[in-house]
Amino acid sequence: MKALMFGWEFPPHILGGLGTASYGLTRGMSLQEDMEITFVIPKPHGDEDQSFLRILGTCNVPVVWRDVSHETLQDRFGQYMDPQQYYHMRNHIYADFSNLYTNDLGCIEFSGRYPDNLLEEINNYSICAGVIARSEPYDVIHSHDWLTYPAGIHAKHVSGKPLVIHVHATDFDRSRGQVNPQVYSIEKNGMDHADKIICVSNLTRNTVIEKYHQDPNKVVTVHNAVEPVSEAVEAIQPIRNTDEKIVTFLGRITMQKGPEYFVEAASRVLQKAQNVRFVMAGNGDMMEEMIRLAAKRGISERFHFPGFLKGPAVYEMLKSSDVYIMPSVSEPFGISPLEAMQVGVPTIISKQSGCAEILNYAIKTDYWDIDAMANAIYSIICYPALYEFLKEEGKREVDNIKWEYAGNKVRDIYNEVCSRYS
Amino acid sequence: MKTICFYFQIHQPFRLKRYRFFDIGNDHHYYDDFSNETILEDIAKKSFLPANALLLEMIRNSQGAFKVAFSLSGVVLDQLEQHAPEVLDSFKELAKTGCVEFLAETYAHSLCSIDEAEEFKVQVTQHSKRIKSLFGQNPKVFRNTELIYSDDIADLVAGLGYKTVITEGAKHVLGWKSPNYVYQSANQPTIKLLLKNNKLSDDISFRFSNHNWSEFPLTADKFVDWIATIPENESLINLFMNYETFGNLQPAHTGIFEFLKALPRMAGERNIQFKTPSEVVDAFKPIEKLSIPYLISWADEERDLSAWLGNNLQKEAFKSLYEIGERVRMIKDRAIRQDWLYLQTSDHFYYMSTKRSSDGAVHQHFSPFDSPYEAFTNYMNVLSDFKLRVDAQFPASVDNEELHALLETIQNQEDTIAKLEKELKVLKTKAVTKPKK
Repeated sequence: MKALMFGWEFPPHILGGLGTASYGLTRGMSLQEDMEITFVIPKPHGDEDQSFLRILGTCNVPVVWRDVSHETLQDRFGQYMDPQQYYHMRNHIYADFSNLYTNDLGCIEFSGRYPDNLLEEINNYSICAGVIARSEPYDVIHSHDWLTYPAGIHAKHVSGKPLVIHVHATDFDRSRGQVNPQVYSIEKNGMDHADKIICVSNLTRNTVIEKYHQDPNKVVTVHNAVEPVSEAVEAIQPIRNTDEKIVTFLGRITMQKGPEYFVEAASRVLQKAQNVRFVMAGNGDMMEEMIRLAAKRGISERFHFPGFLKGPAVYEMLKSSDVYIMPSVSEPFGISPLEAMQVGVPTIISKQSGCAEILNYAIKTDYWDIDAMANAIYSIICYPALYEFLKEEGKREVDNIKWEYAGNKVRDIYNEVCSRYS
Repeated sequence: MKTICFYFQIHQPFRLKRYRFFDIGNDHHYYDDFSNETILEDIAKKSFLPANALLLEMIRNSQGAFKVAFSLSGVVLDQLEQHAPEVLDSFKELAKTGCVEFLAETYAHSLCSIDEAEEFKVQVTQHSKRIKSLFGQNPKVFRNTELIYSDDIADLVAGLGYKTVITEGAKHVLGWKSPNYVYQSANQPTIKLLLKNNKLSDDISFRFSNHNWSEFPLTADKFVDWIATIPENESLINLFMNYETFGNLQPAHTGIFEFLKALPRMAGERNIQFKTPSEVVDAFKPIEKLSIPYLISWADEERDLSAWLGNNLQKEAFKSLYEIGERVRMIKDRAIRQDWLYLQTSDHFYYMSTKRSSDGAVHQHFSPFDSPYEAFTNYMNVLSDFKLRVDAQFPASVDNEELHALLETIQNQEDTIAKLEKELKVLKTKAVTKPKK
């Protein structure tokens, strides 16, 4: 079984959860013996792990015929792509794109991020996808998130192979209902053309069915999983210089993540308990407002904003915490609570998070129920039995949520759609 | 001649209300009065009242040949008194027929038999007194909370003078043995054991209305036939179940009341009689000694204590509760004593169970909480407040022994004063009558 996947991010150069999920899923699927994956991203950096799949960058796909020597190609991207691949794709240029801006190799430049001209980049991505779709052999097409849906549709039209799209988030999650019509139309178009739609949670699945008017039979849920903790992370020591308890929020400080509910809950807890500090790590457009809110409640002394944390600092923070909290208003899945539980941190999540569907050993509250949230925080820091219980059972639970299993479910979906086409 | 021994358990806990940590120290009322009242009234209407009326009719129609036993927890008696006194009246009516036996148990339907001997004694005594005052009977047969039993509990029960204990016919204890005999405790030979016949009891309480069951529909005729075909020497059939089976767990429309009503006649035709537990132990000799070193109960697949003390949350809550037991027993304040009882009810621990599978679903079904964590948190918050009240009675700095001595001094002070005064008087008169020379 050969799969052609379209994605936007791949570790180590990631900007959000999409890259992490793409990596985990493909890695989990690569454990299936006969699975071959070609993963297309806009712009590889050359340090991606290609041991279990093949990565193709649309920035290296010729769309205009140029006579380039083997040496030049070897020099430009030899360390991560075979020049022969370039010549092979050059034979499949399917239209005259000389009106587009291309470089000396006949390739379109990509930023590989989420630039202001994102729609143009999406369009270019789909043009390049047309070349790839014509030159590569594959049995199934798999598009991750709306940016790559047009590419998936294009490939489906060219090859007549089944299209599976993977909804990691919808615009309804990102905008709290104020959807961007252009984004919505791209999303809807992708779903309409898909043979099967994979959603990361039942929450997302419902959105897809209700807001995008999809046939429920076509939409399936495959919950995300989490990669095992690496040795480097395992070795990170928590920094604890006091016997105070630490309650942590980690993520973008935006409306979607519900930071204000965390501040309010913190102020309630502090009315009763003194030996506790709250941390809101991350960046976002609501950060200043949150700092003001904490000051207004008179808890700034015990409420900290360390800013955006990177690399090992993330796990350092997690491991130093007694409680991890994610009060998201709308979260398609939310991998971070799983990561917290992996390092043994009791976790509180909102019922409006996709991961709440698969976690039993985390406390779930409604995001708006500040009292319940405060109560949960209080009980974890005051009743050691609950802390120990969630710590141990939580870790055991997430250690069994493996990408391998998610990969098997995706494989079943491939088999089903392929059997319909043969 | 075969004998059927019916015993029905009746219990409802005082469910706790949502008690947030802000309430600790501020709010000393812990119970969800509304749901306790509505649930109890609902069950009374659907089950207790019609079932009691039916039993009364059956006893009268059979001229006293039909007999049953009840075990009502003190906690449910308190609730009935508050919310449905007519149910108590109908039980009194049943008691007057002489065909109904009331069993002893712990007042709070608690888990104190496990290792709180002192509390156990207090509660069982309190419960017997209550039964005596309501129904005019001194309970002679003991039935522990959820049929929890072990050899150690036999010791406790024997210490209180009971001669019969009702418990579960757990497969892992009985092995190839049959529950259809009277047994004897291995370490307390005076204690006789009546074991629940699981198959036949559960046929009524769980499977009666199950359409997927191969024996559906179950008729009284068929049921009594099964009993009649049991080998002749296994002559005792113990049918123990929750009284709510009639009308609530098996709603009236399933025909459960008609089934019950038809039983005495069908049994009569096959020469099967009914006896209360006390009559059973008088009539039957124990066949063998039974040693049960580990705790058993009638709950869940495992038939052990894992429903209440299976995970660390439950164990912590249990420990946290009983570590103040000795102190609370010294307190006379009635409100505190009452809350102390209601907080011990085993249901609170049942709600904290994190079991999965079908047993887990049963736990969730009965639980007023969304999750076991909520149940735990809520309980611990309430307990924190309760402990503050206990501390307010006597400072925590005084240890129990010292406190006990002090209380004794206070209690005896009048006697002591009287004694000393008397002594003084004697000495004075002596002084007068023997003037100095």
